[in-house]
Amino acid sequence: MSEDGVDRGKRRFLTALTAGVGTVGIVFAATPFVLSMNPSARARAAGAPVDVDISKLELGQMLVVGWRGKPVYIVNRTKAMLAQLPNNTPLLVDPFSKVQSQQPPYAENIYRARKPEILVVLGVCTHLGCAPSKAFTVGVPSGFGANWPGGFFCHCHGSKYDMSGRVFKNVPAPMNLDVPPYMYLTDTLIRIGSDKKKQGAA
Amino acid sequence: MQKIMTWIDDRFPLTKVWNEHLAQYYAPKNFNFWYYFGSLALLVLVNQIVTGIFLTMSYKPDSALAFASVQYIMYDVSWGWLIRYMHAVGASMFFIVVYLHMFRGLLYGSHRQPRELIWIFGTLIFVALMAEAFMGYLLPWGNMSYWGAQVIISLFTAIPVIGNGLAQWIRGDFVVSDATLNRFFAFHVIALPLVLVALVFVHLVALHKVGSNNPDGVEIKKKKDAKGIPLDGIPFHPYYTVKDIVGVTVFLMVFSAIIFFVPTLGGHFLERDNFIPANILSTPLDIHPLWYFTPFYSMLRASTNQYTHGVLVVCTVLVAALAFFTKRGFKAKAITVIIAALMVLGLYTLQAKLWGVILMGSSIVLIFFLPWLDRSPVKSIRYRGALYKSALALFVVSFILLGYLGTKSPDAVSLFLFKNLAWGQVLTLVYLAFFVLMPWYTKIDKTKPVPERVTTK
Repeated sequence: MSEDGVDRGKRRFLTALTAGVGTVGIVFAATPFVLSMNPSARARAAGAPVDVDISKLELGQMLVVGWRGKPVYIVNRTKAMLAQLPNNTPLLVDPFSKVQSQQPPYAENIYRARKPEILVVLGVCTHLGCAPSKAFTVGVPSGFGANWPGGFFCHCHGSKYDMSGRVFKNVPAPMNLDVPPYMYLTDTLIRIGSDKKKQGAA
Repeated sequence: MQKIMTWIDDRFPLTKVWNEHLAQYYAPKNFNFWYYFGSLALLVLVNQIVTGIFLTMSYKPDSALAFASVQYIMYDVSWGWLIRYMHAVGASMFFIVVYLHMFRGLLYGSHRQPRELIWIFGTLIFVALMAEAFMGYLLPWGNMSYWGAQVIISLFTAIPVIGNGLAQWIRGDFVVSDATLNRFFAFHVIALPLVLVALVFVHLVALHKVGSNNPDGVEIKKKKDAKGIPLDGIPFHPYYTVKDIVGVTVFLMVFSAIIFFVPTLGGHFLERDNFIPANILSTPLDIHPLWYFTPFYSMLRASTNQYTHGVLVVCTVLVAALAFFTKRGFKAKAITVIIAALMVLGLYTLQAKLWGVILMGSSIVLIFFLPWLDRSPVKSIRYRGALYKSALALFVVSFILLGYLGTKSPDAVSLFLFKNLAWGQVLTLVYLAFFVLMPWYTKIDKTKPVPERVTTK
């Protein structure tokens, strides 16, 4: 084909323009596909609160319930466990629960709870989401050395938390365990997933 | 027959392709044991695709049905057990073959100029293969499947700002759920296999463009006879097709022995915890990925606050020193200073969790840069000096030990004296140092003269 009379400037401009418009078109066309991978309306709507009866929960024992596909740990802490909590302060990353994303305002204390005895935390390690196991035994028998004050241990990557779910320093997990919103319906009935008296659509 | 061939060749370059890639593709005549693994990788890829197609016929990608459908394949589908074991054992064999194939590259400098693109395509295949294996591992919906996926997807939450949203986008839910299983099925059976096949194709196209390397690291195309055929080259077919068939035979013996006698390989190819259905309330006590991911998993675990701070401080000092002492121009100095500054910034802003991900990510990203990190004037280990040989030996040892430690609890003592975590931290440094220090030790390493022609022992 002859190149005579070709306006190269115009051709370059039109090529660039076509490519540019085409790219914008591809971005628009890709958007629905990318967004289709987000949690669906059904997934977003799921997650109603669960009510848990803790009247049978013995001192020093833990109950595991599922909420929104995650394990929730409920621990009835003994006097000894509670007495140990203030001693852990120098060993912890966030001893006074200052990181707001990790608990509702009513759990911003060293017990990380509404009532000091009853701990309610998500059993989801803040490192990579494993369920930490309970390691309530204190000292040498725990297998974590003589100084172990009792708490939770994540087998996946070795993160350690104390009896309030507060993370120890120098472990992979960066933050304390999440405290979900919860409230006492009666003294022995806890509603997990809601802390408002008046309950709208879940 | 001739007529048929002419008829086809007028419409499709069949003879041309056959000649260019087999009958008249000249490969160096001194290939050894290490050159089996390329063709074996192709064999395993075909095995995975064929067995995968047949598994798909009976598998159900639904969180309520998946676990039972795998048991159905094992017990009720005729020969289903064999097809599934071929697929599951095949996955592990894929990594064995690919790791040996990559090691061959390190031995003989197959990543060096002019084969950089072959290496990059190959590394991309490795990355795609890891994604493929990871997603496939969720499909049986066993407890290890579930928690493995939970941990790996949670890696993305380490990214600041967008992390949580990104993890939700990948899962399609707030936790690993039916939505996750369904999409992983889609990726595992169609999206990633297409990517893998496409990458294998360009890997081979690039290879056939520049020609194969060989154990001497000599370019056979430099010495050609009057017809333009490399003096040290022999046609791939029949010479190497026959050689590869021998490799295939031996491989299939090993493969069959595993499938028929020890399909779980003592929990290394199929983990005990994966014979239990997924349970959202309880992580397996002994959680770790399958053996082929454990080296990287060890590196991920290694990053505690103290460790990453220590490593970063040392790195920053080294980079700053480099900027100070380098003989290069102002531009190079400025870049190194910026890198040091970024490190200091990262040191004080990012969490240890993210550094773990960065550490693990760099262990793979660094592989891509190997062709440019290696400054040795020779390619093959046969003509390299003690420095590279020791570095490679240390690297291999660190990789194997990291893999071993990754299967053990971080707080246990599996080697000697120190906890697995501490060993993991040291070995992670060894692994990374192999790459990061490579420009220096390959440059000052003593080398032997490389012969003009390939040698055959």
